[in-house]
Amino acid sequence: MATSTRRVVIGRLAGPRVRLFAHEARLGYLLLIPALLLLLVFVAYPFLFGIWLSVSSAQIGENGHFIGLGNFQFERTDSVFIESFLNTLSYTAVTTVFKLVLGLVMALLLNQVFPAQRFVRAALLLPWIIPSVLSTLAWRWMFDPTFSVVNWVIIHSHLSANGVDWLGKTATALTSLMIVNVWRGTPFYGIAFLAGLQTIPVDLYEAARVDGASRWQQFRRITVPLLRPVLLVVLLLSTILTFGDFTLPYVLTNGAPYNSTHVLSTWAFAIGVGGGYIGVGAAISLVLFPLLSAIVAGVMVILRRPE
Amino acid sequence: MAARVARPRRLGPARRQVGDRFAGRLFRVYIPVAIFTFVTLFPFYWMAITSIKSNSELLDHTKNPLFVLQPNLQNYADLFFKTNFIHWTINSALVAIASTSISLLCSILAGYSLARLRYRGANAIGWGVFVTYLVPPTLLFLPMAFVIAQLHLFNNYLSLILTYPTFLIPFCTWLLMGYFRGIPRELEEAALVDGASRVQAMVRVVIPLALPGILSAGMFAFTLSWGEFLYALVFMNDTVVKTVPVGVVNELIKGDEFFWGELMAAALLGSIPVALLYSFFVDYFVAGMTAGAVKG
Repeated sequence: MATSTRRVVIGRLAGPRVRLFAHEARLGYLLLIPALLLLLVFVAYPFLFGIWLSVSSAQIGENGHFIGLGNFQFERTDSVFIESFLNTLSYTAVTTVFKLVLGLVMALLLNQVFPAQRFVRAALLLPWIIPSVLSTLAWRWMFDPTFSVVNWVIIHSHLSANGVDWLGKTATALTSLMIVNVWRGTPFYGIAFLAGLQTIPVDLYEAARVDGASRWQQFRRITVPLLRPVLLVVLLLSTILTFGDFTLPYVLTNGAPYNSTHVLSTWAFAIGVGGGYIGVGAAISLVLFPLLSAIVAGVMVILRRPE
Repeated sequence: MAARVARPRRLGPARRQVGDRFAGRLFRVYIPVAIFTFVTLFPFYWMAITSIKSNSELLDHTKNPLFVLQPNLQNYADLFFKTNFIHWTINSALVAIASTSISLLCSILAGYSLARLRYRGANAIGWGVFVTYLVPPTLLFLPMAFVIAQLHLFNNYLSLILTYPTFLIPFCTWLLMGYFRGIPRELEEAALVDGASRVQAMVRVVIPLALPGILSAGMFAFTLSWGEFLYALVFMNDTVVKTVPVGVVNELIKGDEFFWGELMAAALLGSIPVALLYSFFVDYFVAGMTAGAVKG
């Protein structure tokens, strides 16, 4: 069948260029329709609707009316909101630094030769791929107030007589959130950096070694600059995901103790779904938008800047 | 076996430095790798060991918790016969497969269009798709609940199947655009000259060549929809329509009472599908990610 069509067309070879691009625009728009339709209905419309909710008095089962910036006024005075805002910032900032450093170390290690390499690589990716609800539950069980296995090890190795009250105090609970997030997020950085490392030509290192460069100099002068594009992309994705992280804080602490470990997402959920104040909840989650936009704009500027 | 041809380069080249001593490598490579592996895998070991303990052993302070004395499958039996876990698994699979297929289809078409066809506004639309990243589910779930209510889709699989693509399409499109750009235009033009239509050229030439990228986009989409929690938590309230993450959190935790044995059994079982997927295709995934990330 293929040959017969080919033979027919050869006769029309006169203007292949014209044929090439004749319907390009029409086809281009046509192919975009399904994706754009979904994004318009389920992203653009809810987003605009969310802005309306945030300036309305909507509650569950009630559409509400315009109340100006009343919901945002509430935010200014609500101490839990302020705390969750700060928690969101520190949660993102601290975990990002750790994930970046540990991810780089992981990538450099995986780029070496050692036994059982394939197994280790697949194993190290596990925390990132399995549903975070499920892994966070395991961590919650490991941090259990009475049956914590971590504490069992701490006590039996005589590091401390009572272990740590992981989820019972504000500071340790926040630290626990960060530990689990770093555990979960590092493999993503590690694998992306590994992929980046492998695009760096080995000749560069060989040339540097011939010129007498130390390992550290090779890392500073070759590895880091050439990893930069991957690094920025990973940073961008990870920051957005961490800022908007709901699952992990919800499952591990859900604000406990005393609403002190809420992040914006869990607090918006508690107010909007738990409390039924949808307008206020929408106003809380909308705060994420300018924050995310600023970060993304920042990364974009760096990304597009020539070396 | 056809897939073998497209298989990406095995990762982890031999980059052994000259003059390496075993002791040096021990401290620089082996021990750190062992630490990473241990920290990564311990929670899974803990899941597994907890899931096969009896309740009395679980709550016994005097024994070493790191090992199990009388392994039994009671927790698994309870999970299967006393809860709706099987339902939840089927729901999760259904939703994940359907939303992955929809996302892939939309992303292949959009990615091809944005990367390969020349028309006015392509660049702006490309950025527009990317910018939807800025409105993650966390920002949208409250108004989205209204939209789902307006469409009468609460407790309906469609509520998840239609909303999951919103956070999958931007990434998949972006990744595939990188892939499509990497395929030489000449191949496609040759097909066009040979009389193929634009659509035929896309289906017969470009898409097969982009298969590794499509596979890694698909894995990414499946993983995210398999583990998604927030939308499922808000939209699915009937116990028989819940997905695994929601069912586990809502029904195996009663107030302050945690059924840890069953919870860990469920956690382990719920992790297996994605773990299997990646153990087979991890190399594709990494290769696909780089192609998209570096060129995109």
